[in-house]
Amino acid sequence: MTTNTFEGPGPDAQFAEILSAGDFRIQRCGDCNAHIFHPRPICPECGSGDLSWVAPSGDGTIYAKTIVHRRAEKGGDYNVVLVDLAEGVRMMSRVEGVEPADITTGMAVQASIGEGMNGEPAVVFTPTEAAK
Amino acid sequence: MSLRGKAAIVGAALAGCGEAHGRTSMEITIEAVHGALADAGVKLSQVDAIATCQPLDLLSGLTLAQELGINPKFTMNNRMGGSSFLSHTMWAAMLLELGLAETVVICYGSNQRTASGKLMTAIGLPTYEAPYKPMFPLSSYALAADRHMHQFGTTREQLADVAVAARGWAQKNPEAFVRDPLTREDVIASRLISDPLRVRDCCLVTDGGAALVMRRAEVAVDHPQPPVYFLGGGEGTTHRDISEMADLTVTGAAQSGAAAMAMAGVSAADIDVVQLYDAFTINVILFLEDLGFCKKGEGGAFVEGGRIAPGGDLPVNTNGGGLSCVHPGMYGMFTLVEAVRQLRGQTGERQIDGAELALCHGNGGVLSSQVTNILGTAATL
Repeated sequence: MTTNTFEGPGPDAQFAEILSAGDFRIQRCGDCNAHIFHPRPICPECGSGDLSWVAPSGDGTIYAKTIVHRRAEKGGDYNVVLVDLAEGVRMMSRVEGVEPADITTGMAVQASIGEGMNGEPAVVFTPTEAAK
Repeated sequence: MSLRGKAAIVGAALAGCGEAHGRTSMEITIEAVHGALADAGVKLSQVDAIATCQPLDLLSGLTLAQELGINPKFTMNNRMGGSSFLSHTMWAAMLLELGLAETVVICYGSNQRTASGKLMTAIGLPTYEAPYKPMFPLSSYALAADRHMHQFGTTREQLADVAVAARGWAQKNPEAFVRDPLTREDVIASRLISDPLRVRDCCLVTDGGAALVMRRAEVAVDHPQPPVYFLGGGEGTTHRDISEMADLTVTGAAQSGAAAMAMAGVSAADIDVVQLYDAFTINVILFLEDLGFCKKGEGGAFVEGGRIAPGGDLPVNTNGGGLSCVHPGMYGMFTLVEAVRQLRGQTGERQIDGAELALCHGNGGVLSSQVTNILGTAATL
C-alpha cells in the first residue's frame, strides 16, 4: 500500500502565484521531457510525478479562432483563440492589438501577460509581426 | 461475450416536447416514463433498474426513484452530458444479460424553455478557459468549425446545408417544434453569435422528455410493440474542455462508432437511418466523417445537395433533430426514440421504407463524450 504525498500547494495554485508575479510558466516532465499545459499533478504522457516549471519561448500559432459577437453597450465583440505553443502544448487565450477580421487561423503570435475578461492576470497573445 | 441482440427496447415515448408550461423537469420525465411503460405494456412495479441524467439535479437518479415511487436494484446516474443515455442503454443491456435486472427504464426531461428560455446547466467554465469568456458551450463548437473550415476548406454554405436538411425533415414531422421553411440564405443571414456559427447553426431551446423501456431479448417478443434490438454500443471520451481536445477535427466518435459497429457486425454502408446529436451544424459533419459515412475532411461536401435531407441518399435526423425538432438541453434520448419509431415503421410521412438498421449517436460536453448505439429490427438478428 502506498500513501502518495505531494508537498505544498498544488500545480493550479503554483501557476496562479507565478502568473500573479508576472511570469508565464508551463510544466515539463523530468522523465519523458514532455511539456505540459494546463498544469496538473502527473504527466499525461507517461504518468510521472516528476514535473517542474519552465519558461516557454512564448512563440505560438493560432490553431483555431472565434469572434464572440456582443452588443456594443455590453462591451462589443471579442475574440477567443486556441494557441499552439512552440513547445507542443495548446491553450485558450485572446489575441490583442489586431482587428477581429485580421485574426487568422495559422497566424504566428507571441505570449505576454495581460488581463482576462474580468481583469485577472492572464496570458494573452499579440501577432508576432506587430510585436517586432 | 457480446451484447449483440441480447436486449431490446420494448417501449418508447416522448412527453412535453416544445413547451410544457407549468411543468417541472422531473414531471416531464415521469410523464415520458408513464408513456413508455404504457407503450411497452409494462407495470411500474416491474421496473427494477432506472437510468437518467438531468442538468441541474446532480442526484437525479435518486429523485427519479422517489418520484416513481419504486426501490430499484440499480440506479444509473452516470453523467457525460447529452450522450449519457446512449451509455445507459449499454449498461442496461449488461444488467439484463447478466440477469441482474429484468426491466430497465431510461429517461430524461427538461423544462428549460418555459423555465428559463436558455440552456440550463450546472457546468461552469474551466479554470484555464474562464479568463477568456468563451460562450458555453457555443464557442467551443465554433472553434471546431473554424478549424474544420481552415483545415479542409469546409464552407459556410455546407454548414447551412445541415440546418436546411434538418428543417426539411421537421416539415414532415408534426411533432417538430419549428417547421417554417429554411433556406441556405436564411441560415447564412441569421444572427452571428460566435463566428462562424450563427443562430441557425444552433440547436433549439425547447422543453421535452423521453423514455425507453428495455428488457431481455427472449421476453421482448411478449410485448405489444415490435422489439428494437440493441446490437452494439461504444464510447469515446477525449477531453472535457475544448482546449484539451487533441485534434478539433477528430472526435471520439471515431472510437465509439468503430466499437459499436464491430459489436453489431455492421459497417456504415449497412445503416438505413442515422440519428446524430446535432447540437450545432458542425457536429453532423464531424460525426458523419468519424463514423465512417465519408472520409475525414469530406463531410462538408457530403452534406451538400440534400444528401442527408428528405429524398437524399442517407436519411439523417429524420425527426428534424435538435436543430428543428426538440432540444431540451440534452438530446441523446431523442436520437433513440426516433430510431425506435423508424424501425417500428411508425413515423408517417418521414418513414424510411424498409428501415432495419439504425445508428444513434450521442455527444456530451464540448465534443467531449461520444457514444454510439446500433439498433435493429428482428430481421437484423
